Amino acid sequence: MSTHQLNAENLLCPMPVIKTQDKIAGLESGDILEVTCTDPGVLSDIPAWCRINGHKLLGSEQSGRIITLSIEAIHEDK
Amino acid sequence: MTTRKAVALISGGLDSLLAARVIQNQGIHVEGINFYTGFCVEGHTHAIRKKDKAKPKRNNALWSAEQLSMKLHIIDISEEYKDIVINPKHGYGAHLNPCLDCKIFMVQKALDWANDNGFDFIITGEVIGQRPKSQRKETMPIIARESGADDRLLRPLCAQNLPATLPEREGWINREQLHGFSGRNRKPQIELASQLGFEEFAQPAGGCCFLTDEAYSKKLADLWQFRGEKRYELDDIMLLKIGRHIRPSPNFKMIVSREEGENNFLEGYRKQFLHLRTVNHNGPLTLIDGEPDADDIELAARIAARFSQGKQETNVQVKATFPDGQSKILEVEPIIPTDIPQSWYI
Repeated sequence: MSTHQLNAENLLCPMPVIKTQDKIAGLESGDILEVTCTDPGVLSDIPAWCRINGHKLLGSEQSGRIITLSIEAIHEDK
Repeated sequence: MTTRKAVALISGGLDSLLAARVIQNQGIHVEGINFYTGFCVEGHTHAIRKKDKAKPKRNNALWSAEQLSMKLHIIDISEEYKDIVINPKHGYGAHLNPCLDCKIFMVQKALDWANDNGFDFIITGEVIGQRPKSQRKETMPIIARESGADDRLLRPLCAQNLPATLPEREGWINREQLHGFSGRNRKPQIELASQLGFEEFAQPAGGCCFLTDEAYSKKLADLWQFRGEKRYELDDIMLLKIGRHIRPSPNFKMIVSREEGENNFLEGYRKQFLHLRTVNHNGPLTLIDGEPDADDIELAARIAARFSQGKQETNVQVKATFPDGQSKILEVEPIIPTDIPQSWYI
């Protein structure tokens, strides 16, 4: 299990979701992805994307304009 | 028995939601696909504009997928999509919307995805007569043929008005349980939504693409006209969604933010542009696109001052900062509104 970072700052939805999706596709189950974003829309979209695709949102926090979401990748077939 | 698999084009609107559910209800495994072209209405505008804060900042395609309990794959096609916008084989609709070429392209991309991922057929929420450019009886076979999907393309909401497709002929699904909707009347869809238990759904007025918007298309046409070529980058089309666009002269255009949210968004672009900011009064951030001379910059400063809180003053300080980081302060009198011809507003 390893932790990975993704910078999706200054991108507007759905681009942070697409970047997250593409990054997680290359991770192993159990790996953690920390995504930093500035579009507040991610607080709705990334959790929704995790729910429908079976990944686990571990948490989110906001510091100024920067929103960080932590996601555990879960691949049924990996 | 093999479970057949379908990929559904999910826009986030009601029709694609219903089409996917109708097929799910026949025991087919359905996953959604949603394409990001750069011209998508939702998301960006809601995220940018403070005045839209009350609106839910949800992505309707993700929301639809969640209602359907299915996976959704969002694919960025913005780079390849340029050719569709710039050179549409079937031409534009009322504005710069290449709807028929767009639909063909999306079905083709969905077909590629289906082939790569072992899916059997493609479904869309198209309804004959629903849209004047792309959803007509004559265009349905064109989309099927030119996308390469042929009879692997099924439109569950109007299938009974069309020849049977492969999934119907093979008995993977029951044609009798599909629908024969046609025309612009939304009542059948609303009734079906109720039958299927959907109480809430997105109904984007005027579609989900900026290219169907007259004002947006005018700005894109202006961009092409004054660049002297039909070309754009993703940043160009993002900026067309933001602010007042004012062209006082062929050699430059102003993008003036209208509120705090737009100001914040334009901040991200200011280093790429000559930009103006009022110094002794609160005011909008203004980006200048083009090659203005000194007189043009002074005129732009007077216009920017008009949109500041110093608009009634006789002297407003405006700081002009150039892309190389150099800056200068201009002392200007705000232009009077009647000196801004309506024709300058794009």
